[in-house]
Amino acid sequence: MTSEQNPKSQSSQTDDLVVEMRGIVKRFPGVLANDHVDFELRHGEIHALLGENGAGKSTLMNVLAGLYRQEAGTIIIKGRPVIFSSPRDAIQAGIGMIHQHFMLVPSQTVTENILLGLDEPRFRLNLHEYDRVIAELGERFGLKVDPQAHVWQLSVGEQQRVEILKMLYRGADVLIMDEPTAVLAPQEIKDLFKTLRTMVADGKSIIFISHKLQEVMAISDRTTVLRRGKVTAAGLDTRRITRQELARQMVGREVIFHVDKKPQEPGEVVLEVIDVCAENDKGLPSLNGVSLKVRAGEIVGVAGVAGNGQRELAQVITGMRKSISGKITLNGEPINNRSARFGIQRGVAHVPEDRTHVGTAPNLSVTDNVIMKQYRKPPIARYGMLNMLAATKFAKRLKDAYDIVVPSVETPVRLLSGGNLQRVILAREISGQPSLLVAVQPTRGLDVGAIEGVQRLLLAQREAGAATLLISEELEELFALSDRVYVIYEGRIMGEVQVGSGEPSESLIETIGLMMTGTPLEQIEREGAAAHV
Amino acid sequence: MSEPTVLPKPRRRFPFSVRLEPRLNEPPRWYPAAISFGAIVVALFLGGILISLAGGDPLRSYIHIAKASFGGIGVISDTIVKATPILLTSLACSIAFRMKLWNIGAEGQFIMGAFGASAVVLLPVLPPETSPWIFIPVMALAGIAAGALWGFVPGYLKARFNVNEIISTLMMNYIAVSWVNFFIFGVWSEGGFQMSPKFPKNAWLPRLSDYAKEIPLFRGLTTHMGLFLGIAAAIVLWLIVYRSRWGYEIRLIGDNPRAAKYAGINITRNTVLVMMLSGALAGLGGMAEVTGVVHRLQTSPIAAGYGFTGIIVAWLAKLNPFATILVSILFGALILAGREIQPSGVPKMIQGTILVCLIASDFLMRYRVRIVRTGVEA
Amino acid sequence: MDPIIILQAGVASGTVLLFATIGELFAERSGVLNLGVEGMMLIGAMSGYSVALATGNPWLGVLVAMFVAGLLSQIHAFIVITLQADQVVSGLALTFLGTGISLVLGEGLSKAGAVSLLPMFSIPLLSKIPVLGPIFFTSQSVLVYVGYLFAPLAWYYINRTRPGMHLRAVGEYPAAADALGISVYRLRYLYVFVGGMLAGLAGATISLAVSPGWFSELTTAGQGWIAVGLVIFAQWDPIRAAAGSYAFGALRRLILDIQGPLTLFGLRNPFYYNPYWGFFLQMLPYAFTIIVLVIGSREAVRKRLGSPAALGVPYVRGERGL
Repeated sequence: MTSEQNPKSQSSQTDDLVVEMRGIVKRFPGVLANDHVDFELRHGEIHALLGENGAGKSTLMNVLAGLYRQEAGTIIIKGRPVIFSSPRDAIQAGIGMIHQHFMLVPSQTVTENILLGLDEPRFRLNLHEYDRVIAELGERFGLKVDPQAHVWQLSVGEQQRVEILKMLYRGADVLIMDEPTAVLAPQEIKDLFKTLRTMVADGKSIIFISHKLQEVMAISDRTTVLRRGKVTAAGLDTRRITRQELARQMVGREVIFHVDKKPQEPGEVVLEVIDVCAENDKGLPSLNGVSLKVRAGEIVGVAGVAGNGQRELAQVITGMRKSISGKITLNGEPINNRSARFGIQRGVAHVPEDRTHVGTAPNLSVTDNVIMKQYRKPPIARYGMLNMLAATKFAKRLKDAYDIVVPSVETPVRLLSGGNLQRVILAREISGQPSLLVAVQPTRGLDVGAIEGVQRLLLAQREAGAATLLISEELEELFALSDRVYVIYEGRIMGEVQVGSGEPSESLIETIGLMMTGTPLEQIEREGAAAHV
Repeated sequence: MSEPTVLPKPRRRFPFSVRLEPRLNEPPRWYPAAISFGAIVVALFLGGILISLAGGDPLRSYIHIAKASFGGIGVISDTIVKATPILLTSLACSIAFRMKLWNIGAEGQFIMGAFGASAVVLLPVLPPETSPWIFIPVMALAGIAAGALWGFVPGYLKARFNVNEIISTLMMNYIAVSWVNFFIFGVWSEGGFQMSPKFPKNAWLPRLSDYAKEIPLFRGLTTHMGLFLGIAAAIVLWLIVYRSRWGYEIRLIGDNPRAAKYAGINITRNTVLVMMLSGALAGLGGMAEVTGVVHRLQTSPIAAGYGFTGIIVAWLAKLNPFATILVSILFGALILAGREIQPSGVPKMIQGTILVCLIASDFLMRYRVRIVRTGVEA
Repeated sequence: MDPIIILQAGVASGTVLLFATIGELFAERSGVLNLGVEGMMLIGAMSGYSVALATGNPWLGVLVAMFVAGLLSQIHAFIVITLQADQVVSGLALTFLGTGISLVLGEGLSKAGAVSLLPMFSIPLLSKIPVLGPIFFTSQSVLVYVGYLFAPLAWYYINRTRPGMHLRAVGEYPAAADALGISVYRLRYLYVFVGGMLAGLAGATISLAVSPGWFSELTTAGQGWIAVGLVIFAQWDPIRAAAGSYAFGALRRLILDIQGPLTLFGLRNPFYYNPYWGFFLQMLPYAFTIIVLVIGSREAVRKRLGSPAALGVPYVRGERGL
């Protein structure tokens, strides 16, 4: 019994269409996510699906993968119209999707995850036999991973390999990769691209979803661009088109915005983190002696691949997590291992990574949400009671000042869009005139206009003299906003680089990329110097 | 065995399909009340089916309930007497539920409240000839303290060891019953019966009938001061929840504990405090029942399930203290009249049916149901 | 006060908890918390007893008990899986409903006459083993013997079979299971049904085997809740669940039996001479449940594992999580 049982794949000419989607319409309450979208995938090509966040790329592909049902339109696979009512149907038709958030069960082994949902083995789980088959399959495509390892033990890159193996094992010949590079370091991206090329050479066809132009240019044969649920360019030959042209199709205007970072002298040290160690939720070490400084009037970036201790760093600074050792001071006063409240009272503001699950109380009103950091102080609090008039007035002031679009301040915030929700959080955090702002992924998942607004607010804070620690996985954003950037890898600071204004140099990006994969700056400099001798 | 199907797959060819869409705007103000009312009507209908299955006549049962509880000023007063303990236990539940603390131990806290108040008479803490002006406040405090203690234990275990409060509060109920039984069988038993001696008159909560001399209308009315304690508690609770800093913290923790932690709120401390407040309210209810109605410590009329009814009432009132007053009276009526209905489990069953329908109806608050024509598929 | 007899009866009494606990364990492993165990047990005990009474066939009683309790569990399944309501409140409601229906339909059953019970027998060779033989293999109800096989089979099913792997996946990460074509809803309905059937079996085990009869709410006396607590203590592991169940069963018997004899270890038995001291004994199972919960919860915190990750969370396809 081999894994490559694939009765439907017939050898065919390279120009054969494997997937045709015609006039796909998919609506979500309040949004038209796909508006009569056409899409074609040829046999043996890497086809990029490019678009901004919220353009409808993932929705379209979720329809193709059987996870959503389209309201109108048809899907034709290898010339046969199909109706998918579940992902199972899509997989049977040879279509496998690798989601942005990995669909892996952490407590199960690699082999168990790969076998999940299949009809084999019949009843008894004889995993050892399957371990071997899966190891062989991995070798063939350059996807090395230990079949007996539990998923929670694997790195993000390894988990992605398991996802790909899962689809290959099912005999998928069309692979949909949803933003596969978002979780990878530059060097891991190269490995992934190598694997993708191996697979194409093996007769697979690949759809590559991305919002990063550079990667699309580097890997794809053809490109389809989506904007606000509509196709703006279909099946362009990627080699014959410029980056600027693609950008225009994607954003809908000629130039990508550019925020203005004025040169500015930083002031006193506001935040100092000295040799801090902490554990993550699983009790494993996640910060291993982190030290950094942030001065007033300065934005300091922390770059790194997701899951290298960024979240814990933000939590330790804002008092939401205990540190095991080390010291954190705010304007000279130690603040670690106190409480979140202790920091809040001393002017620490925090824009958390997770807007809906940490940053807001979804069923409470806008008013209740914006007073979260103010409700202990007059005028809102008096003698232990709340002055609701003052609270409402405060909320209305923020609503106007920060352009929060909402029918009334009594509306529960769960009804707000992502951009508006982020404005609620920023309004709340900034209006307290913090001395330190810790912002984690403040623009993730927002559309271009909203991103621009958020970035302007952060720069305004810098001009007002606040110290800002910006933790982000978007290098472009870090370059655009930061004065300095630290790179974090496995809970250690690999090094610190200065960022000027304007486009960053190639060597700077390379240096940061090396640090993101675990090479300390000193070593890079030493080797660099050695190479020059 | 390969995954047998439990539910039949819906047929594909049906020309209409029911679609649920998440609500994107707030429903109008009357909507929640209408939904709850609808749920009760459906529950009474289903309960009727069950009653006829058990050989009863549903319509007569319901008419009987209405007559026996609202058919005259005397029975209305009795209804209010039954509603009083429910009011206090449901307030107790509503404050805990507000913080998503599933205190289903109001029953035990209620019993302990009755025990605490009785101990003032029976230990005795105060001599029988003490003036009611001292007696009643001391008994109330003792009841509140005993109830709060019974809420503190699961609250502390939850805060300190993350012990599931549903089970611990429930276990505390059984322990409370045994505890009180020990005293009324062994220590304070009157002539070997399973009850304590009757309290002195000074330790009774005043009733309306006590003022019949001044106001003849009150003659024979059993409604006691517990009602006013309950209403006062409802007002105070409303102020706490919607107009105080503490209440804001409770609401925030209830809606999103991670956000509360992020806002610098001490969840551990609030868990213990809210459980104690919840226990205290139920304890006050127990005190009111033992001093206003039973006038002696005795398990059967006190451990009559008021704590459990309080859960349903709190839920039906959507945790709103004022709505709780009205709903308590409805349930007081159900229980009062239910005593005479055969089979005797009917009120409990109807309560269960109402709660089930109520929870099921809750999704109408979150979703809009639309019947749509299924599109023509290629 | 023969310890062998206490333990023998304790095993029988523990069988009740075993069925209920493992049933709840299946439901929770699939991601559904069902607090209605007490109600389902009651309805199982009542329906099993009344069917056995009416037909004279206790086996039919057991089957009906399982089916009826399973049916009741589907109300909870519908409310929490399809309507996505809060699992805690719905489970509570189920207990109310189950209790209420049992009381109404069970009216008068307590005064009904004797009923034919499930057979009791000894296992030929095994019963000769010293100590263990008399405790485990001598004149026990057939359901007790079924119980012995139950925990290992449940463990094997969950950890070593394909459907068991699917069950674990649905409880840990339903979106992943769904993406691979495993029907999350169907499996959850199924395992809630399994949990209901086993709770019904537990109820029938009481009313038709361990302590025959129908005593309204006192039939179960909170054992359904103890079962829910035991699942936490067991850390969702069937073997530990079985150990906990038998320990609790023995404790219940001990409490009943300790009040009987005139002397205890050569001393005057205080529980015999002061019968109302027995009320403190009656608190013990409930107090122990709390203690066991403290142990289980601390362990979960220390090992940072424990409940299935998706326990209590409704699954909605296409919801943009995180």
